[in-house]
Amino acid sequence: MSLLVREALLAFRRAPLLSGLSITTIGFSLYAVGLFALVAVNLREALREVEQRVEVVAYLLRGTPPEAVAQASQDIAAFPEVARVAFISEDEALRRARQELVEFRDAYRDLKVNPLPASLEIQLKDGYRDGAHTAAVAERLRGYGFVDDVRYGREWIEKLDRLRNIAGVVGLTIGLAFAAVAVVIIGVTIRITVLQRAREISIMRLVGATNGFIRGPFLVEGMLKGLFGGLLAIALCYGTYLLFRGQAELATSGIVFLRSPQLGLGVVFGVLIGLGGSLVSVGRHLRNV
Amino acid sequence: MIRFASVYKDYPKGAALKNVSLHIAKGEFVFLTGHSGAGKSTILKLVYGELRPTAGDVRVSGFSIGDLSPHDLPRLRRRLGVVFQDFRLLDDRTAEENVAFAMEVTGARADSIPAKVMRVLTQVGLAAKASAYPPELSGGEQQRVAIARALVNDPTILVADEPTGNLDERATRGVFQLIREINAGGTAVVMATHDLDLVRQTTYRTVELREGGVVFDSGVDEGSDTTEGLE
Ligand SMILES: Nc1ncnc2c1ncn2[C@@H]1O[C@H](COP(=O)(O)OP(=O)(O)OP(=O)(O)O)[C@@H](O)[C@H]1O
Ligand SMILES: [Mg+2]
Repeated sequence: MSLLVREALLAFRRAPLLSGLSITTIGFSLYAVGLFALVAVNLREALREVEQRVEVVAYLLRGTPPEAVAQASQDIAAFPEVARVAFISEDEALRRARQELVEFRDAYRDLKVNPLPASLEIQLKDGYRDGAHTAAVAERLRGYGFVDDVRYGREWIEKLDRLRNIAGVVGLTIGLAFAAVAVVIIGVTIRITVLQRAREISIMRLVGATNGFIRGPFLVEGMLKGLFGGLLAIALCYGTYLLFRGQAELATSGIVFLRSPQLGLGVVFGVLIGLGGSLVSVGRHLRNV
Repeated sequence: MIRFASVYKDYPKGAALKNVSLHIAKGEFVFLTGHSGAGKSTILKLVYGELRPTAGDVRVSGFSIGDLSPHDLPRLRRRLGVVFQDFRLLDDRTAEENVAFAMEVTGARADSIPAKVMRVLTQVGLAAKASAYPPELSGGEQQRVAIARALVNDPTILVADEPTGNLDERATRGVFQLIREINAGGTAVVMATHDLDLVRQTTYRTVELREGGVVFDSGVDEGSDTTEGLE
């Protein structure tokens, strides 16, 4: 066991350049994957934020009795899609309009009659903020006699749907492609290490080392390289994140970094590629000599 | 100990051994001679399991080389010591580490290694250079390290493929003397060589190959323990 680790560490010491190079290669391959993950995570975050604004508004006919509205509110709140229902009275609507629509403040100031209708603002639950569910809720709302009109920004919800689908498919494809490229590059890197030490391997075999014995230090070495490469990739990603965070003041909500489970997954991925790559390269090498 | 029975070995480009039968007894010393390309190295490679016979049977120390499993190959190698013309040392390990390495791979107890390593290094006359790296050693000294490595696991057979091929006359004499001493200690030696002077110095059994066949065999062990003609 100590021999295993000693031999693996010796490999780093004896070929510092090649080891450094392969760690860097692994690091940058994983960095590409990490960058992509960063973009994907932030895109999802942004989509979620936009989603929060999905809202169905039912405008009520003037003179609807408050009891009827209260009853309906309760019914609607019980819809499986619905998270919250808020009643906005005519006065409240006017107050908001005055506050939000600065340009029209004067126009709204001296009104004799409030032209704005009362409404029910309906927030949907997570996972229901897509075109189909929103439309279904809107349809049901129209069924109430006192509902004059239902608005929910259908077009952009549908756009959001499309964006979500595209982001999902593209994300998965590119993510897998990046990961595959990383696996290949890391595999090649490790293969070079093995070839560079072909002579040593042949001498080990000559003096009676078993394949398992020969493989051991390579596997440890590969895992260590994967580990260091993974950590390097995280450092690079974090650096990039800091750089962009500085620039992203203009963006509405800033950007987020990967969370620790995702980072852990990245490192584990690196270690596994290191291990798998070594296993394959050494295995193939041992079979061919 | 070693038995070749009607052995053929074909390379993709042609036959290297044709119908070789050979028996080498325990503790025997055998020279393999013959012109370049005659098949000496091929025979030795079959002995240490680097190659498999195309036809015929090769038995070494109880192992059948033709159907040697991957599991048995290391076990065979641990009973043999192999030395080459080009030494095959690891340049980034000291003499001592090169020798110790051969013991470590067998899973020997760590605390038994240093003493054994010093013992074989002393035996080959290199105790003083234990911590030198191969590039710091002369050819003769490097070959002694290689021999020490071959000896460290107490082999029953020492396989030597032109061990003096890269050495000057003085170093050749020293290394050859060492190999004779090893043989005198009971280890069988199979040594391929071009150096007919060495062969003539002694009365060891000589097997001559030509184009993959045995054309001369001086016969079983005429005098492996003689020191005649050494000086
Ligand atoms: N790996 C190989 N592939 C194809 N042919 C080979 C291979 N190794 C050896 N040969 C051929 O087999 C024949 C015997 O080679 P071998 O190495 O046994 O000769 P040798 O007697 O050791 O020669 P030398 O004295 O030059 O070392 C030669 O004709 C050689 O060209
Ligand atoms: Mg040869």
